[in-house]
Amino acid sequence: MIDLNIVGAKGAIAEEAEGKWGMVIDQDLCTGCQACVAACAMENNIAFVGEEDSGYGRSMHWIRIERFWEGEYPNVKMTRYQPMMCQQCGHAPCEPVCPAFATVHSQSQQVNLQVYNRCVGTRYCANNCPYQVRSFNWRDYADERINAAIRTLKNQYNPDVTVRRRGIMEKCTFCIQRIHKAEDKAKSEGREVADGEFTTACAQACPADAIVFGRIDNPKSLVAQLTRQRDGVRHLEELGTLPRVTYFAGGQ
Amino acid sequence: MSDTQPHLTHAQEHEAKLREEHLMLDPLPRGRMNEMVMESMRATTWKFWLVFAILSVIVAWGLFYSWGKMILEGLGIAGVNRPSYWGIFLVNTVFWIGISHAGTFISAILRVFKAEYRRPFTRAAELMTTFGLVQAGFSIFMHMGRVWLSYWLFPYPNQRGLWPNFHSPLSWDLLAITTYLLASTMYLFLPLIPDLAMARDRSTGWHKTLYKILALGFRGTEGEWAHLRNAMNIFAWAIIPVMFSVHTIVSWDFAAATRPGWSSTIFGPYFVVGALHSGMGAVVMVLAVVRGTMKHMKYFIRPEHFEAIGKLMLIISMTWVYFFFNDYIVQWYGGDKWTQQLLHFHEAGPMGWMWFGMLFFNMILPWAVLWNRKWRSTPWLLFVTGLGINVGMWFERYIIIPVSLTINRMPFTWRMYQPGVEIPLGIGTLAFFILLYMAASKLIPLVPVWEVQEGQMAHSFKTYGRETVVTVSELE
Repeated sequence: MIDLNIVGAKGAIAEEAEGKWGMVIDQDLCTGCQACVAACAMENNIAFVGEEDSGYGRSMHWIRIERFWEGEYPNVKMTRYQPMMCQQCGHAPCEPVCPAFATVHSQSQQVNLQVYNRCVGTRYCANNCPYQVRSFNWRDYADERINAAIRTLKNQYNPDVTVRRRGIMEKCTFCIQRIHKAEDKAKSEGREVADGEFTTACAQACPADAIVFGRIDNPKSLVAQLTRQRDGVRHLEELGTLPRVTYFAGGQ
Repeated sequence: MSDTQPHLTHAQEHEAKLREEHLMLDPLPRGRMNEMVMESMRATTWKFWLVFAILSVIVAWGLFYSWGKMILEGLGIAGVNRPSYWGIFLVNTVFWIGISHAGTFISAILRVFKAEYRRPFTRAAELMTTFGLVQAGFSIFMHMGRVWLSYWLFPYPNQRGLWPNFHSPLSWDLLAITTYLLASTMYLFLPLIPDLAMARDRSTGWHKTLYKILALGFRGTEGEWAHLRNAMNIFAWAIIPVMFSVHTIVSWDFAAATRPGWSSTIFGPYFVVGALHSGMGAVVMVLAVVRGTMKHMKYFIRPEHFEAIGKLMLIISMTWVYFFFNDYIVQWYGGDKWTQQLLHFHEAGPMGWMWFGMLFFNMILPWAVLWNRKWRSTPWLLFVTGLGINVGMWFERYIIIPVSLTINRMPFTWRMYQPGVEIPLGIGTLAFFILLYMAASKLIPLVPVWEVQEGQMAHSFKTYGRETVVTVSELE
């Protein structure tokens, strides 16, 4: 666990240290069913790149289930599935390297966002992302002439999310459109957003409830309580990225 | 018999030998030398046009057709993928910027240090700077996902008040390369003015019109020469820090990133030395070709020049080796597990042949050839060495970019990189470089005649007793 007090003493990144929205992923519960991957693709209009490009490392999923094994064949042991998505770093390496300010930190939501129409496609952010969770639009996958499958698939586009064109970078937004919707509703009713009022597509689809999303700055929220309950891991936090996703594995 | 033949004394023999060896001691009448340079421009054989036509086809196919196709279809037709988001595009960018360094190194650094042997080939080297930077520009713009919006990277005033992100090394890159291109083009142009005036007075037709415009009415008065000398002196000093800064800033693209193998503090000087290494190799290749193919060039470019550049190449190769192993050992000793994995992958991975090839071409080949005075005076041998060094330096950049990108901190995404349309595009930039150079060799005097004549005037023989010695006087 990151010691917030030590990070808080570092001045410039202090306000980012706590974070707003966060996530807990329990790898003991994850069955590797990929429902989160499918739900994320539906919710965020993620392109289907086809077998060939996918096999060549061009799949564009914002969340992926990483599978690892231990030992040498034939004594191979599977380890726990590891869902990996943007960790919404408080101090993100992808942000300072973009020459066009397309990779920005949202001040109000404290998440890391990609401004699609500002992106010129240098792909520096993706090189500098230690989690390798940014996806690049290698082709116009939303174009029927390039991707025949999209002819029918486009009927289920989410109207709240942009369809991206070729040559730009995209990434997990913690379902920013859902955050905005819930906040707008709460504001019109003159109240704060309640914990569990809404969740991200991946957390909603998870049949084992391995993914929990919420306000980590609210000590009463489920995600904050879970974070306190167990000893979790934040990936590559030794790089000073201040990730907002906590992983539990090998638990009680 | 011996009465009719002049009997050469020991001193005269010595003098004749020195004349044969050194261009500065072997003066020709000014008019004759000017004519030689004009003839070398005019004498164009069918072989030239054949090569020119082939290269034009390669440029049209490799550069413009392939790039147009990639703009229309997206980067999917290239080989870049996750995790190798940067592929041969960036390798070529760094490579061409490296090539461009030798021009400034030769014409500015050797000028301010008054190295006399530089005189006949400063322009040939400076042209490489400008044309190399053009190819670097092509390579960097090609790799962008939406190149039609690349003007967003320039800090131009706009209604939305958006500026480029000056935290990003890519923004510094753009500024550094633009500065270098502008400065080196002006620095190429300044010493060219007297030669353009010379060409203007010796040509007819549209050539004359062209030279008339370019020569800016230069007549060779004392005042004009004084202004020109002042301007060249300022530029020669000013461009040296620009040259060092450009490749240092290019290295920050890598050094400022949080990647194993990239975040190395020595990358700045290491890249500058690497650039000079490949650049000097390229200069020597160009000089060998120019000497072999253009008329009268055997008079201007002599084995002494290859010998002098060969010595520089040997020193630069040794410096490169120092920086390479310094970088390697510090990274290895750092003990970061991802970096150690990466270093192991460099040597023992599927691209290990490239790592060993790099060491062979950058270290063993130049060290084996250049230590011997006779060998490093042989143009074809230096051509082969220069070619080898360029291959080795290209390998080095390939190892730093796509091979190092293969290994990252998320082992699930490790994947090899296979180039796609990068190959025709890379061949296209190479062909375009040669094409521009060939066109320039027919349009502007490739030898700075006035500089050669100035040097020859400064050099003379003096006899002290029975010994002949060379003296050099300070003209400026």
